Amino acid sequence: MTIADFIITNAPALLVAIPLFAAFTIPLVGRISTAARNLWVMGAMLAAAAVAFILAFTVFTSGTVIYVFGASAVNLAVPLDSGGIPIRIIFTVDAMSAFMDIICAISGVSVLLYSLSSESRNSSLEGYYALFLLMITGVFGMVSTGDFFNFFVFLEILSLASAGIIAYRIDGGLAVEAALKYFVLSTLGAIFILFAIGIFYGQYDALNIAMIAQRMQYTMLDKIALVLLVAALAMKCGAVPMHFWTPDAYSMAPSSATAFLVVASQASLYGLFRVLFTMYNVTMNCITIGWIIIILGVLSMVVGVTMAIPQKDVKRLMAYHAISQTGYMLLGVGVGLAVLGNVALTNAFGFTAMEGGIFHIFNHAMYKGLLFLTAGVIFYRIGTRDLNKMGGLGHNMKYTMIFFIIGALAIAGIPPFNGFASKLMIYESVYIFNPILAIIAMVVSILTLASFVKVFHSIFMGPKLPEYADVKEAPLPMLLGMGILAAIVILVGLFPQPVVDGFVAPAAHALANQSGYIFSVLGGA
Amino acid sequence: MLWNLPFITVVVLTFIGIITVLLKKNIIKILLGINILESAVNLFLVSLGYREGGVAPIFTLAPSNLMVLPTPQALTLTSIVIGVATSALVLSFAMVLKKKYGTVDIDKIRRLQG
Repeated sequence: MTIADFIITNAPALLVAIPLFAAFTIPLVGRISTAARNLWVMGAMLAAAAVAFILAFTVFTSGTVIYVFGASAVNLAVPLDSGGIPIRIIFTVDAMSAFMDIICAISGVSVLLYSLSSESRNSSLEGYYALFLLMITGVFGMVSTGDFFNFFVFLEILSLASAGIIAYRIDGGLAVEAALKYFVLSTLGAIFILFAIGIFYGQYDALNIAMIAQRMQYTMLDKIALVLLVAALAMKCGAVPMHFWTPDAYSMAPSSATAFLVVASQASLYGLFRVLFTMYNVTMNCITIGWIIIILGVLSMVVGVTMAIPQKDVKRLMAYHAISQTGYMLLGVGVGLAVLGNVALTNAFGFTAMEGGIFHIFNHAMYKGLLFLTAGVIFYRIGTRDLNKMGGLGHNMKYTMIFFIIGALAIAGIPPFNGFASKLMIYESVYIFNPILAIIAMVVSILTLASFVKVFHSIFMGPKLPEYADVKEAPLPMLLGMGILAAIVILVGLFPQPVVDGFVAPAAHALANQSGYIFSVLGGA
Repeated sequence: MLWNLPFITVVVLTFIGIITVLLKKNIIKILLGINILESAVNLFLVSLGYREGGVAPIFTLAPSNLMVLPTPQALTLTSIVIGVATSALVLSFAMVLKKKYGTVDIDKIRRLQG
């Protein structure tokens, strides 16, 4: 067996193993020299990203990949002597998982590139990079696993690493306060999820998502489990009314880590969709649950944007916009869920709505990451996040200003940037479902634009301020990290159709196709 | 009734845990609430896995081919390990906050607002 075959066969395991191994060896490598450590971190991230792309390529060309840990053959999901139960831990990477893997890989590489210089002024960076790679492990694991308990374990790895990285700059205790708030909430959420796992195991004797999905009866206990799961995962992705941790955590984390926390929240969003579509699907009352998700989405959009407008702290403002944008994804996918039982409506606009919501996950990770990185550059150069103290930075930081404009126009849904493409899909399809929802979504977009015009004006426009007269442009690695994201924002905005046809539509169909997911794991049994 | 005693205990512990987390102001007490909740969920998992007269899946002891699947115990062990990590992290946050703010009362730790 050649190395290439080995990598292709074991891609799902390597995806988690590479960052995990690198994370725990960083303290050792860091003793050699700083350069060796940076090389080690970057190498591990690039290797993990390469594996993610190889895996995604396999999934998009030849269908769902399953990987069984510890079995004699990697695709032997149901051992012959187990009585038809998949007893081992199985990674099930379908198109939706592969789509999330791509998001995590792109965002991880550009954020890490950026943090090589943004964090270079701080000491004891081994811990920072170890936590960062653990976050990568957590996200890759959450989106790839096909075992529900395994999902919980990766969720906890992600929560612990995120809390550590939020508190990383203690900042007079402020960052620790934010991390405590985040961590207590996510631990409670994780305990809810574990209760739900216990309920499923007690009823269906299974932990595998496909097995639970196949045996799903939608009893009273399943309803309780559904409530626990939706509450916990919606809290973790920062949907209103469980959004209180988001602005604190996003504003106090180091800027580079914030850009990746966006992806971390979206891994929880993925978990929510996986539970709703793959585990419950049409056994539950799709209209009611769909409307609950839609209402969560609309609330997040409206409350997020209205809270963002009066903010003075640039990262806090962007964090509220992140809540608002999460609302769009919930709205799009919620509409898809609400019409799931009805084939005619699903084909008419349900799939378009889901594609819009899922496409928005990708676009959001790119432009919101870009915006947080530009905020990080400004903080790196002038040492404040207060909008009232900024001004005239456009004279000295031209590239940063251009990247900020790209990100701001994309988040406001202005063509030809990627936010427009996904928002248009959401508007079109949601308008057929319920015109009022589409109008709310457009109004929120306009408010977003208004808010970013204000921010742009107060940061970059105006005369040069004397205290920032000799501010320099961001260092090259930071510009490169932002450049990757900005290039993707523009390219996807200019050519959305190939992306939608190639990645988003398969992801949406994989999500909606419950029997396909079950078949890929359990076969015809 | 007696048969359900473990599950009744789970419910009672869950309520005690949630009330502690919601009403207590001291970070250490909040952590204790979280730990009580974790114990509740661990007890839930172990009680689910209990079979009267079941045989532990250790090959040298097995008298027949019918053994109890050890999955719930494995889940509980994992959950306990995660709980330890959780407690350690929250306690270290409490230490830093005590050093920086001089208190572990969450009503006084409120500098992030808006």
